[in-house]
Amino acid sequence: MSRATTNGHKPGRFVRVPKADLDERDPDYIRETLPRLWLLSSLYFRGEVRGLGNVPEEGPVLLVGNHSGGNLTPDTHVFTLAFSTYFGVERVFHQLAHNLVLSMPGLSFLRKYGTVAASQENARRALEAGAAVLVYPGGDYEVHRPSWERHRVDFGGRKGFIRLAIEQDVPIVPVVGIGGQETALFLSRGEHLARAFGLDRLFRLKVLPLSLALPWGINVGDMLGHIPLPAKITVEALPPIHLREEFGPDPDIDEVYDHIVRLMQETLEALAAERRFPVIG
Amino acid sequence: MRIAEHAEVQAPPSLVWEQVSDPSRVLDFFAGVTRWECVGGPRTGLGARYRMLMRVGSAEVGGLIETVEFRPERDLAWTSVTGVDQHGRWRLRESRNGTRVELRLQFGVAGGGIWSWLAEQLAGPIVRGNVKRTLAELKRAVEHEQVRAEAARRRAART
Repeated sequence: MSRATTNGHKPGRFVRVPKADLDERDPDYIRETLPRLWLLSSLYFRGEVRGLGNVPEEGPVLLVGNHSGGNLTPDTHVFTLAFSTYFGVERVFHQLAHNLVLSMPGLSFLRKYGTVAASQENARRALEAGAAVLVYPGGDYEVHRPSWERHRVDFGGRKGFIRLAIEQDVPIVPVVGIGGQETALFLSRGEHLARAFGLDRLFRLKVLPLSLALPWGINVGDMLGHIPLPAKITVEALPPIHLREEFGPDPDIDEVYDHIVRLMQETLEALAAERRFPVIG
Repeated sequence: MRIAEHAEVQAPPSLVWEQVSDPSRVLDFFAGVTRWECVGGPRTGLGARYRMLMRVGSAEVGGLIETVEFRPERDLAWTSVTGVDQHGRWRLRESRNGTRVELRLQFGVAGGGIWSWLAEQLAGPIVRGNVKRTLAELKRAVEHEQVRAEAARRRAART
């Protein structure tokens, strides 16, 4: 499930980003399925989420994460569980995902969890409604980075989330995850292949990733997902950044971007230093 | 799932009650609990509401709870308003050596079905471990308090 971006990409020829129906989120469904998520997170990924006390108790907030794990994104599952139990399913929480994810058969349940197609407009509407919104600026680009770059935050220069936070005057809470890129051996994003096949123009896909993953062996595209290795996932939420308070009334986008990426990179390196072995954690 | 554990504390019920009824002390002895905050209304007593969370596996679970029984030096019970369905009770009874303290926690995992049942079975031992550690910690804290109170009395008598 590659959750994606507010990067203001032009829609693909065959894929329009649909306007989100925020009312599709179903708190009762979330409450009833949390035990499943808890089992997956606790037993399989040995999930650990720190710093949720840093997320403002109420009001809209933009949670900005680094993205890992191919199309399955286990860090998102672990964080969604932790957020939903910590604040309660009553707190409205939306996650932005690539629109292809939401149109995949069998994944429509994500809408009930509050997942909406990634676009500036959908994110704006969710924030205006007072929701907490989780965005992964790196999206498909970052989630398929090679495994040997697993300790690197790479948003690919996408800065739309900063413009959104300034426009909506909401705090940004960086959310740093580690472990997701150890759930398979990711070899290449396959950007050249994606360009050669015109996937960007057609489907807003920048990548056609290549990995070694169960049960396929060589896995091209990761469209059918894979069985992730049970890597330990740790996620840490950092203190909120109030852009106008810290960067003045008219924040410089590039300065904010560098600041956030640096903070997240430092945290990711600290989390990496705690790990003794890949997968085991 | 219903979990009930008890401990014998060598101190009078009044001292134990001081600990368990004071929301500002809960985090000091309640194992696994990461949050116990007053949410409006009275700080303690009948109708007091708290936001509580306990770390169980990879999540902090809990929600808003409300005190539904408050009989000083005997019973303090709460029930959930939001979040995980739960009922909890501190039951204090005077015993030969001091106080018999019982902590009961009853909780239900939402959803039903095999996954919820499995989650409940796996969460049970974690919560039971927390309850046991809580009682041990409470016993230590209260008995230590008792020793200090007696020492203070002896000092006062000497001077």
